[in-house]
Amino acid sequence: MRPFTYERADSPAAAAAAVQRRPGAKFIAGGTNLLDLMKLEIETPAHLIDVNGLKLDTLEATPDGGLRIGALVRNTALAADPRVRRDYSVLSRALLAGASGQLRNKATTAGNLLQRTRCPYFYDTNQPCNKRQPGSGCAAIGGYSRQLAVVGSSDACIATHPSDMAVAMRALDATVETVRADGTTRTIPIAEFHRLPGDTPHIETALVPGELITAVTLPKPVGGTHVYRKVRDRASYAFALVSVAAVVQRDGSGRVAVGGVAHRPWRVEAAEAEMPRGAKAVTAGLLADAKPTHDNAFKLTLVERTLASVLAEAKG
Amino acid sequence: MHHSGDLDMTRRGLLLGTAATAALTAAPFRAPARAATVGETAMPPPATGADAPSLSPVLSKVTFTVNGQRRDLELDTRTTLLDALREHLHLTGTKKGCDHGQCGACTVIVDGQRINSCLSLAVMHEGGDVTTIEGLGLPGKLHPMQAAFVEHDGYQCGYCTPGQICSAVAMLDEIKAGVPSHVTVDLNAAPQATPPQTMADEYRERMSGNICRCGAYSNIVDAISDVARREA
Ligand SMILES: Cc1cc2nc3c(=O)[nH]c(=O)nc-3n(C[C@H](O)[C@H](O)[C@H](O)COP(=O)(O)OP(=O)(O)OC[C@H]3O[C@@H](n4cnc5c(N)ncnc54)[C@H](O)[C@@H]3O)c2cc1C
Ligand code: SF4
Ligand code: FES
Ligand code: FES
Repeated sequence: MRPFTYERADSPAAAAAAVQRRPGAKFIAGGTNLLDLMKLEIETPAHLIDVNGLKLDTLEATPDGGLRIGALVRNTALAADPRVRRDYSVLSRALLAGASGQLRNKATTAGNLLQRTRCPYFYDTNQPCNKRQPGSGCAAIGGYSRQLAVVGSSDACIATHPSDMAVAMRALDATVETVRADGTTRTIPIAEFHRLPGDTPHIETALVPGELITAVTLPKPVGGTHVYRKVRDRASYAFALVSVAAVVQRDGSGRVAVGGVAHRPWRVEAAEAEMPRGAKAVTAGLLADAKPTHDNAFKLTLVERTLASVLAEAKG
Repeated sequence: MHHSGDLDMTRRGLLLGTAATAALTAAPFRAPARAATVGETAMPPPATGADAPSLSPVLSKVTFTVNGQRRDLELDTRTTLLDALREHLHLTGTKKGCDHGQCGACTVIVDGQRINSCLSLAVMHEGGDVTTIEGLGLPGKLHPMQAAFVEHDGYQCGYCTPGQICSAVAMLDEIKAGVPSHVTVDLNAAPQATPPQTMADEYRERMSGNICRCGAYSNIVDAISDVARREA
């Protein structure tokens, strides 16, 4: 790990200003992703700004009946909140399907959204990787790509976003609230938050350098049956091969977001019109532009079958 | 379609592939960051650009409580809580397995919650309250969970055991606090109300962050079930 200086910030605006002041500075929240990557010198911040003291760790109702989740709310606390369990249970389920009890106790809402890919070549610093080292190439293309993206990928990068939480938030139409170094705030719809890789896979989100996430807001509950189904190589403590977050209404209409298939949680609103016709029709629309590799073409079938099982469960 | 050519996969590619599938189980052992010893003088680096990171270690003071005792430390900012406990406070009960959050051997209880001490910086625990396996109980005065692990043979080599025990103690508190799990059938019912026969499934799922290479899992679940029954 490279040496770094360290400070604790005591207000969101001060944190955003501090990161701007120090080139190479980063925020640290739970540290469960950043420290992992710093140990491998994939991340090499010269300065860390600890945001744990910002008092952004509460959940509150919004005036329009939604829920505002502070950026520092831990994954355990969010999954266990009675409002989330009752009104947004797809989010509770997604959180509980991720990582381990220990990690969820530390992992924060903002850190989870910003966790980086688990592409094995991103982690192996001996391999070319456009995300880790722009312009160096992509070892995953033509390499071992079983876990990687089948849709929305590019000739520069076929990585997936590994978060379970973000897939549920995409299905729930969450918005991300931020503050920038100059003190201005904005909200970013989750659909626009994570970017596709294109030819700049190292630029992963809509955030500008130094922009601090302060909260994630969920709109008022939409009812329906909530299901999160994660398919992985072992029953617990493993990243998804494919996951499906769905909210299904009694008339068969609803929403579906898919994880493990793209550089961001994958949702195609137009495909949801096919919900009453079943999984095959929805998947056809969701994955219409899929470009799988030899190793991961199985994910296309897996998405359809997982969705079929989710829809059957939702019907009861 | 990109084709990976299964047959002419190189040994390196194969190893990489294997490492990828087992990303959570096969973690390399890595040397800890060179920790500056207490008292060594190291000036904070001058303001540097992102491409010219300073290579001199930075020391920082931190105070937290470990097993009821106040500890004042001056540490390299890179020091994890795990290395602070083992290398600086010589509490070697807490183990380093993977050093990457993948095995649970380093589990300790901080402010009542179990965490992986390898993925947490010591300086981030100012004012914190840390309990390690030594703080739960010592020979002659074992914590009920420690005694149950002995009674049920909840280990073989014992390397994962301190992490398993700290994790199990805090895990039972999570259940008491009503925290649901991936296998909880009804999210809106209290997990305490789970029927005893499915409680073992709850323990297995909730303990999945603690890997046991010796495979003592079934005895670990027996030990936990025993303690939970007696506490109930
Ligand atoms: C072994 C293992 C297994 C895992 N399994 C899963 C899994 O199955 N599913 C899953 O979804 N996840 C999994 N994870 C990932 C885990 O969910 C993330 O590590 C965690 O959510 C990151 O949150 P954090 O608060 O620790 O982030 P940190 O590590 O503190 O930060 C991550 C990034 O976010 C930035 N950041 C943090 N807070 C803010 C803020 N407020 N504003 C702007 N930037 C910020 C940091 O600068 C950093 O770049 C696993 C992790 C491990 C180690
Ligand atoms: S897929 Fe993306 S993250 Fe993986 S090696 Fe290629 S560029 Fe890097
Ligand atoms: S040492 Fe393996 S999880 Fe910390
Ligand atoms: S007892 Fe040997 S690793 Fe668990």
